[in-house]
Amino acid sequence: MTPTTEAELAEMIARADGPLRIKGGSTRPIGRTEGRKLSTAKLSGISLYEPGALTIVAGTGTPLSQVEAALAAENQRLAFEPMDHRPLLGTVGKPTLGGMVAANISGPRRIAVGACRDFMLGLRCVDGAGTIIKNGGRVMKNVTGYDLVKLMTGAYGTLGVLTEVSLKVLPDVETMGTVMLHGLPDDRAIAALSAALGSPFEATGAAHFPKSRFGAPLTMIRVEGFEASVKYRAQRLCDLLKDYGDAEIVVGATEGPGSPEGWKWVRDVAAFADQPGDVWRVSCKPSDAARIATRMGAKAVQYDWGGGLIWALTEAGHDLRTVTGAFDGHATLIRGTAEVPVFHPEAPALAAITGSLRAKFDPRGILNPGIMT
Amino acid sequence: MEMPPPSTRVLARKEQIVARLKEVLPDNAVISDESQTRAYECDALTAYRCPPLCAILPANTAEVSAALKICHEMGVPVVPRGSGTSLAGGALPTADCVILGVARMNGVIETNYADRYIRVQTGRTNLSVTGAVEAEGFFYAPDPSSQLACAIAGNIAMNSGGAHCLKYGVTTNNLMGVTMVMMDGTIVDVGGAHLDAAGLDVLGVICGSEGQLGVVTEATLRILHKPEGARPVLMGYDSAETAGQVVSDIIKAGILPVAIEYMDAMLIGVCEEFSGAGYPECEALLIVEVEGSEAEIDDQLARIKTIAAKHNPVELREAQSPDEAARIWAGRKAAFSAIGKVSDYMCLDGTIPVSSLPYVLKRIGEMSKHYGLGVGNVFHAGDGNMHPLILYDANKPGDLEICEAFGAEVLKLCVEVGGCLTGEHGVGIEKRDLMTVQYDPADLEAQMAIKDVFDPDWLLNAAKVFPLASSEPRRTA
Repeated sequence: MTPTTEAELAEMIARADGPLRIKGGSTRPIGRTEGRKLSTAKLSGISLYEPGALTIVAGTGTPLSQVEAALAAENQRLAFEPMDHRPLLGTVGKPTLGGMVAANISGPRRIAVGACRDFMLGLRCVDGAGTIIKNGGRVMKNVTGYDLVKLMTGAYGTLGVLTEVSLKVLPDVETMGTVMLHGLPDDRAIAALSAALGSPFEATGAAHFPKSRFGAPLTMIRVEGFEASVKYRAQRLCDLLKDYGDAEIVVGATEGPGSPEGWKWVRDVAAFADQPGDVWRVSCKPSDAARIATRMGAKAVQYDWGGGLIWALTEAGHDLRTVTGAFDGHATLIRGTAEVPVFHPEAPALAAITGSLRAKFDPRGILNPGIMT
Repeated sequence: MEMPPPSTRVLARKEQIVARLKEVLPDNAVISDESQTRAYECDALTAYRCPPLCAILPANTAEVSAALKICHEMGVPVVPRGSGTSLAGGALPTADCVILGVARMNGVIETNYADRYIRVQTGRTNLSVTGAVEAEGFFYAPDPSSQLACAIAGNIAMNSGGAHCLKYGVTTNNLMGVTMVMMDGTIVDVGGAHLDAAGLDVLGVICGSEGQLGVVTEATLRILHKPEGARPVLMGYDSAETAGQVVSDIIKAGILPVAIEYMDAMLIGVCEEFSGAGYPECEALLIVEVEGSEAEIDDQLARIKTIAAKHNPVELREAQSPDEAARIWAGRKAAFSAIGKVSDYMCLDGTIPVSSLPYVLKRIGEMSKHYGLGVGNVFHAGDGNMHPLILYDANKPGDLEICEAFGAEVLKLCVEVGGCLTGEHGVGIEKRDLMTVQYDPADLEAQMAIKDVFDPDWLLNAAKVFPLASSEPRRTA
């Protein structure tokens, strides 16, 4: 089913007699899905873009590439740096705006500017009963009523099928620089990243590879902005981190790990792309990260968000959570077929709330059943 | 403003309710004497007052849970209260309610600079969160004008913003986790010292729910290192239209100041008198602040001043000293209290697309003439969050009603141009009956369904946010 309007979608959902499998660009499959395919492809197009107000509104079927091209033409961007899952998951097709929002997809810059959910200003959707709901709007500050925008962002369509979203965008930058440290063990590297992120120098990326493309450990800190400012802050970070070794600075590089390409490699977890095994995404306290990673016994790990995000490549078929034990955070199975909960099990009091929320918005349990629960 | 009639059943059981609460709280944490409950009769929306049945001041999560459990069992409405600085009547009591004040819960539970967070009890004031971490060079970013007094609990309830949220975001963007007690006494932990939700973003819907879903007792907040420096520049223009164009041009040039504030002629006058900041006399004043090292600030301000100069400013002046910068901000942050010395006023909070600014200001001017009430405009221009201040005389019969009608028309206009009723103050009782202007019945139903999940009996702050007619079947079920 490929509705061409929101009203048509509402009718399809109201009349549905079984589970629906909601499809955007099909580039970020997750969990076990079943049901009749429902595509948002025709709910497409940018309906409003005001660069002076940093706002864009578009249908959820709009290809992300189309949105990014429109923004680039005005020297703006989606600042949360949405990851492209295609290399990691081996998928083809075009990521859509709706898929990105439904999965709350962000990238390395999330640590500095916030996640996709922090840039979401408003949305329209159709809930599991076929009711059209709107929430939020197109302005940058809005506390009118409850924030269903946040609740729906990252809900993987299970509370409602998104039809239109409005997002805050930000200016693109003049240039970027990367400060690189070599050879650090994980705990030292994360301490260095914490020092950088806890400084006034506004790092917009903080990643560590225990084993880089070049074999040895590589720690990367990104600064962005006007050229003089980037050079200044990169140098100050080097000074700040002198106890961690001699740092290397690259500014305005067009290739190599310190270039935009290099950060895309971080963003897309490209290191695990062609490697067999399951891929887990772990959100944790940065200072816990090295200890948690050690317990994983993974084939490989990489750290983003200053250590607050661990990507782990593990032997297929195991529940990573059984080896990490409890920690402040959560683990999600991004790639793999293990018979384990894809999303981290919630504590009972919270699980009662989310269960009731699902029952309210999708009383028949027909929207993407099996994905999150 | 209509409020639901108090429950005679609850009023009749006051003594019993107080006695039960005293079983789980220290005697001095239960305030039931009428001479003392009067202190809780209103918040900063002082036009509306009603003393509560009693007020309680629990000291920790366990006490909150025990007290709510009793209220739940006995069917007693509860109104949570932070510091009582809400401009929307978010903490206005009903005669049959227990006010649950968080003032005694003001401790710091944990600070962690490596992971950049602080965990506090939510009665702590906004500014004292920064106070707890500033010796290490850190700060908590959301900075509502009331930050000296307002509590984190209220900030979370209203998803408060402030002048500097253009760069740093509002409360929801800086809140990592909470401990919350639901109306039946259940304690739930949501989020933590990590980023993003494991499943549904429940934290996202708790923030900004105006104390209707639960009482947040502890919060994990993101802290940031202070910038090396900051400096504001003042720009005066002879029309709102020009000032609006300057804002848009700055943003389009790829510069993202930490704040862009706007004041009109009336506010410039009263704030100048209050602060001696040296504001120029003009129709529209912008305060634009940037951050960084001295050289970075010089560079950004040079770019901004180049843009500003193209639009023929009547004044264009950088702060020359930290003292001057402080006075420029003191004047802006004192805007509400400065105008409060001149007149009674109602502060609106609608947000509009930045591009609609000149049109909306023109229309507000026309309405001011029509209603015969003065209006001053001060707002966060970078994000379109307006604060028209409508002046009225509380002692003049009928003036408040005229003021409210004027305010309602302004907010309808905000929605009409693509904006919203409230950008950072919340709906409370003030904008409750205008919710139907922005939302269809189905939109409101979806929001009320959320409250059903957390508070099925609709006992928590139930007469707020939703039009009484919309919430009536649930409240009286």
